Amino acid sequence: MSVGPAAAPTGLVELTIDGQTVQVPEGSALLQACRARGVATPTVCYAENLTPVNVCRVCVVEVEGSRALVPACSRPVERGMVVHTDSERVRHSRRMVLELLASATDLSLAPEVEEHLRRYGGRPERFGPAAPPTPGADHRHTQAGHHRPTDGSTAATVTQPTLIDNELYVRDYSRCVLCYKCVEACGVDAQNTFAIAVAGRGFEARISTEFGLPLPDSACVYCGNCIGVCPTGALMFRSEHEMRRNGTWDETRQQRTDTICPYCGVGCTLTLHVQDGRIVKVSSPPEHDVAGGHLCIKGRFGWEFVQVLEDPAPASDR
Amino acid sequence: MLWGSNARETHPIFFHHVLRGLRNGARLYAVDPRRTTSAQWAHAWLGLQVGSDIALANAIGREIIAAGLANETFIARATAGFDEYRRCVDRYTLDYAQRETGVPAETIRELAHAYARADRAMICWTLGVTEHHNAVDTVLAIIDLALLTGHVGRYGSGLNPLRGQNNVQGGGDMGALPDRLPGFQHVEDDAARAKFERAWGVRIPPKRGWHLTGMFEAMERGDLTALYVIGENPAQSEADAGRAVRLLGGLGHLVVQDIFLTPTAELAHVVLPAAASWCECEGTVTSSERRVQRVRKALEPPGEARDDITIIRDLARRFGHNWGSPSAEDVWNELRSLSPIHAGMSYRRLEALGGLQWPCHDETHPGEQFLHGRLWEEPLRGPRTPFHAVLHEPPVDPVDDEFPIRLTTGRQLDSFNTGVQSGLYRSPLRHGETLQISPDDGRRYGALDGERVRVRSRRGAVEVSVHYEGTLRPGLAFMTLHFPDEVATNLLTIDAADPRSGTAEFKATAIRIEKIATSTDGAEG
Repeated sequence: MSVGPAAAPTGLVELTIDGQTVQVPEGSALLQACRARGVATPTVCYAENLTPVNVCRVCVVEVEGSRALVPACSRPVERGMVVHTDSERVRHSRRMVLELLASATDLSLAPEVEEHLRRYGGRPERFGPAAPPTPGADHRHTQAGHHRPTDGSTAATVTQPTLIDNELYVRDYSRCVLCYKCVEACGVDAQNTFAIAVAGRGFEARISTEFGLPLPDSACVYCGNCIGVCPTGALMFRSEHEMRRNGTWDETRQQRTDTICPYCGVGCTLTLHVQDGRIVKVSSPPEHDVAGGHLCIKGRFGWEFVQVLEDPAPASDR
Repeated sequence: MLWGSNARETHPIFFHHVLRGLRNGARLYAVDPRRTTSAQWAHAWLGLQVGSDIALANAIGREIIAAGLANETFIARATAGFDEYRRCVDRYTLDYAQRETGVPAETIRELAHAYARADRAMICWTLGVTEHHNAVDTVLAIIDLALLTGHVGRYGSGLNPLRGQNNVQGGGDMGALPDRLPGFQHVEDDAARAKFERAWGVRIPPKRGWHLTGMFEAMERGDLTALYVIGENPAQSEADAGRAVRLLGGLGHLVVQDIFLTPTAELAHVVLPAAASWCECEGTVTSSERRVQRVRKALEPPGEARDDITIIRDLARRFGHNWGSPSAEDVWNELRSLSPIHAGMSYRRLEALGGLQWPCHDETHPGEQFLHGRLWEEPLRGPRTPFHAVLHEPPVDPVDDEFPIRLTTGRQLDSFNTGVQSGLYRSPLRHGETLQISPDDGRRYGALDGERVRVRSRRGAVEVSVHYEGTLRPGLAFMTLHFPDEVATNLLTIDAADPRSGTAEFKATAIRIEKIATSTDGAEG
């Protein structure tokens, strides 16, 4: 890409990670230093095109002299820091966090999180079988994720009905780990529409529109940038949802092709996911500096005109 | 400064960058008759009367000069015609501008001072500026402001018409203009033409052709009897659509190459089914920032549809020219050999870098982030750049007692132009065409929210439902062009066009609202 104005020269900071020294630019986060050192650091709520919000605590590392474990994604490097990324304390904390997420949430569409769980030997089943969902628990009644305390023999979960209230995307909050990425993408990090936020506290905390309204009655403008950043499949294209339900979704038969959106002159890169000669979803590469991974409603959903519409989606979905 | 642009809805990802700038402390001024979703983010909204842009620009210029904020160093070293400009804008006082534009004098003053004092400032505009009978003058009046302040030719400053499609810029770059060969080489420049004639082995007519509006005028005169339309739907997108359909229908021969059987294609003698360039073909497009980027084939085109290169190659063969079977890259490499500003853009580099901005003269050139840096070189390289003294003229279609409401047109977030593409996905935001008016006007003209009315202009009438829109001022109405099969908005618009750009005055139509007589037969409904 062409050059901008001369960037202010940045100093390098030297620190020690797992006994090895590493130099990274001032202002980097520990996560960048770990990656520069080749240390695989698991993350759930971190994304390169979003501001870190430090909520998942999966990337925590131990910094000598710091009482608490620190989130690598947002802790800036300091000269002379001594960091341990694989101490028993770190492993224990990561394992516990991942186990809690896995015990309460359906992670079957979050292979990366499941991989982290395996890496740290997590056994979410030790909390017992999943508790039965609370009858009537539903975002529309602002009761999502609300469960009575269990007697300890079962694991509380966020299981709840899938929300299908529009033609473009579905929300399955049984899969939601509350990483806040969708809130960030809908808010200051990209779209600035603020259609969703975290409502409720503790175990009842959930992603919600204002008053839990259906999306068509909310401020949502259907940019789908929340889908683009969702790490667990809680937010999904309607097309993908239908195909998964019908058993026809098959990523091994999908090709991804980068091209340029036709709808305006900005030049956003679209990644077309094509299965059996049909576009089944659209994403955008976060590393491309025009769009930064974010799109608008036309770019993300406006491609039906190049393929014959299949039968309209059924009006209801169980 | 966003001038005649609702980028929040028409260039949403560009607007993400604007919002990031606002959070970093930038100021945004929105010049638009409508208090748009873009204007709602602005520090100040200048809700001018439709078509009073030059009055506003000249008043800003006058105020900058009067306040001693003009960049005299830049004016002296890099521009010409300042004295004439100063004389021209002298009568555009803030009070005059307030009367003519409806924008409070104090707000105009604030904008003038903020723009002139900024370290870096940019003016972006779209069709709100260019779809007027005096569009070129309006653009020149805006350019004058950049010359006055030196906000051009430097990183972070400049003038930026935001392109409305992925390859508007590229179309012009490739010579799809009446007077240009690829790379903006003028067709009346003998040396440039000779270069292309040698490469192509043909004689090139040594004079400029017609722009779109000129073509329709030539059809009217009978000078143009055969037309080859590629990827355009003028039967619905032209202003005064009734006339456009009549002229297209009267052609001796009409060929339409499109991905759909559009209403224009339905008028054609021959239809050439084409592939969608952005997902069924290989090639490049060029963005608003002059960034050439690759489009790639992800899908097979349906049925007998073929990509444009193949269609044109086969046409050439029928005309007796064997061009072989060039790939998109072969065609691009020929372009690079003839257009110096593209010479350094190999497919390999475009792939590796994700795109390059022209000019890019050789394969070591990184491309240019902004143009006109020469204006700051010491000594000045090339000619001085001129001010243009231009005068305000109201829109052609006057608002009067008979047609008391000013209708302006535009796009909405989820839709695109005549809806040929965007009409086929199921947008929850789409509610069809409406006549948006202020609730005050609704009461004044007896049109209820949701009521179906007849909207009449001096050229035609359409039936449409009223939608009360609280962000519109009384006297101003808004419609889109997105649903021409339901409501043919362009039956209302005027085809008065700018003589230089050929663009029609879609933005300024005088209308009235008529009640639709209720059924009197007593039938149960």
